[in-house]
Amino acid sequence: MREGMSTKSLVGRLVVLVAGMFGFGFLLVPIYDVMCDAFGINGKTNSSAYEDTGQTVDESRSVRVQFLSTNAQGMVWTFGPEGNELVMHPGETREMIFTAHNPTDRPMVAQAVPSVSPSKAAAYFHKTECFCFTQQTLQAGETVEMPVRFIVDPELPREVHRLTLAYTLFDITDRMAGPDVAAVHSN
Amino acid sequence: MSAVIDHHHADHAHGPAKGPMRWVLTTNHKDIGTMYLWFSFAMFLLGGTMAMVIRAELFQPGLQLVVPEFFNQMTTMHGLIMVFGAVMPAFVGLANWMIPMMIGAPDMALPRMNNFSFWLLPAAFGLLVSTLFMEGGGPNFGWTFYAPLSTTYAPPSVTFFIFAIHLAGISSIMGAINIIATIINLRAPGMTLMKMPLFVWTWLITAFLLVAVMPVLAGVVTMMLMDINFGTSFFSAAGGGDPVMFQHIFWFFGHPEVYIMILPAFGAVSMIIPAFSRKPLFGYTSMVYATAAIAFLSFVVWAHHMFTVGIPLTGELFFMYATLLIAVPTGVKVFNWVSTMFRGSLTFEAPMLFAVAFVILFTIGGFSGLMLAIAPADFQYHDTYFVVAHFHYVLVPGAIFGIFASAYYWLPKWTGHMYDEVLAKTHFWMSFVGMNLAFFPMHFIGLAGMPRRIPDYNMMFANFNMVSSIGAFMFGATQLLFLFIVIKCIKGGPKAAAKPWDGAEGLEWTVPSPAPYHTFSTPPEVK
Repeated sequence: MREGMSTKSLVGRLVVLVAGMFGFGFLLVPIYDVMCDAFGINGKTNSSAYEDTGQTVDESRSVRVQFLSTNAQGMVWTFGPEGNELVMHPGETREMIFTAHNPTDRPMVAQAVPSVSPSKAAAYFHKTECFCFTQQTLQAGETVEMPVRFIVDPELPREVHRLTLAYTLFDITDRMAGPDVAAVHSN
Repeated sequence: MSAVIDHHHADHAHGPAKGPMRWVLTTNHKDIGTMYLWFSFAMFLLGGTMAMVIRAELFQPGLQLVVPEFFNQMTTMHGLIMVFGAVMPAFVGLANWMIPMMIGAPDMALPRMNNFSFWLLPAAFGLLVSTLFMEGGGPNFGWTFYAPLSTTYAPPSVTFFIFAIHLAGISSIMGAINIIATIINLRAPGMTLMKMPLFVWTWLITAFLLVAVMPVLAGVVTMMLMDINFGTSFFSAAGGGDPVMFQHIFWFFGHPEVYIMILPAFGAVSMIIPAFSRKPLFGYTSMVYATAAIAFLSFVVWAHHMFTVGIPLTGELFFMYATLLIAVPTGVKVFNWVSTMFRGSLTFEAPMLFAVAFVILFTIGGFSGLMLAIAPADFQYHDTYFVVAHFHYVLVPGAIFGIFASAYYWLPKWTGHMYDEVLAKTHFWMSFVGMNLAFFPMHFIGLAGMPRRIPDYNMMFANFNMVSSIGAFMFGATQLLFLFIVIKCIKGGPKAAAKPWDGAEGLEWTVPSPAPYHTFSTPPEVK
């Protein structure tokens, strides 16, 4: 009827666009993770160990780091930090021990999800070692001490004087028991 | 497909098939358009009935009629049915009926796919409505189905909900592909893009929006399905996912979706106002570019729905400014509509009444949208009745009045009879008064802090809620009058001329009323 594309090839292109946008929906998942990591959006911190770059310690100022722990709905473990807070210099490496106890009579698996606030400071909070990088399995009645080692980047904006590191502990026993273990993100 | 058209070409007298199978097997754009419109009206009444349940419960403070669990299902299903079952299919029905006749095409480009995309809808909504009778009830997590409400805490019927959304989405995508192919490839000789009626233009842009975002909706419900049934953790923090990501992906679909529901109404109103002003549309070209600009901006504003989830300050600023920017092309449109009426020879038949009310009331909804777009202020308005007032002001006198205006404007072409003007004007005024009574007080109770989606409220909101409910009952009852008017118009009435509106322009008025089963088997010459 008119010059240009045939209906068949036009529809073909539109179908490709539809398939592409369906894929793009899933692509938004890694894009979201990358954006959150890069900009510390949503209080997300690094989800794998940070390599100590031997940065200088900025002794001219100190930062107060506070620790919080919460159990997600249905989680029965006793879980918490040894101390509520510590004061440190940016660039220094420090450690805090968290203790977890499984009071039930069966083995359970847990995943701790960290969050840092204020969220603009999240990108400057580096964990060199954290129990949140892996899942924790505790036998019935077992108690374990889990360290988290961290550095506050000397680049931390000067107006930030206080950081809060909050962990939420989730019960993932059912997930791990099923055939879906591989489907759980490693982070 | 062209074989079908060529066959009709050779056989002008060929009419509709006999018997009920006509409707099941039809590939005729007019038959399919009619089915879309009836389906959408049935869904409008069903979704409206749910709104009546909501307003009856909110008539007084305290819990009277329904338990909160059922109330949640009503608010959710009302939203889902109105968005996906009433407004979108109504515009697809109008597109089916009018686009081929407006561009001088014999039918849609893909008539068999057209049939399939319609018949998916009864399946989708049959499935969706059936969840109300399942154990644990239907969807109760709001039409936005935020995770984890729709995953971890969802009723067991949620898998049926997901499948229903998939079906409705496939239907919309096929409808959109069909419309694009029709507009690009089946225009009559001489019908250049910039000569197309605005309804065709706005639908072309809407169809591209549909093709771009409905797959993202399909993706997000697929992720929910996998989280619920296959142990993934897209939206579950315990497995490394993030529920906030659900909101980002949903609104990446959701914001273009709200323009999908309004752009075709812009197009219809842009044809009706010139017809009853007896003047050409003011600023045709700027209307086309404004529509395209609105569609483009709709992709970069989604996070204004989630200012309160804790996005960085730069993000809040970006999404706030981008959202406010949409007021510019929208303002161009309102300016053009008003300028078209300025010094026109106006008459106020029912289509024009709805169109003028559209311009005024949609603008009110636009202004409350600007208030919501201001990020710091949104922290007060978020999830209150102010939001409910805002989106009902853009959807009821926006999308739905646009559909009513279109229905009255083209009913003579569809049925061959004039509708009853007195009853139609009654329908308009009852709808106008009822809808304003229902939704205007919601601005005030929202600003005063009444949260949305809650079946009970503080005593201090009692009076305004009662007014709202009375207005809603009035609006709801009036729609039965509309049903009566349409049936009366189909059954009989004064014969309609080929062009019943003396100011109307367009190819659809060059064919007789009612439009023959096949039109433009020979393409018209457009000068």
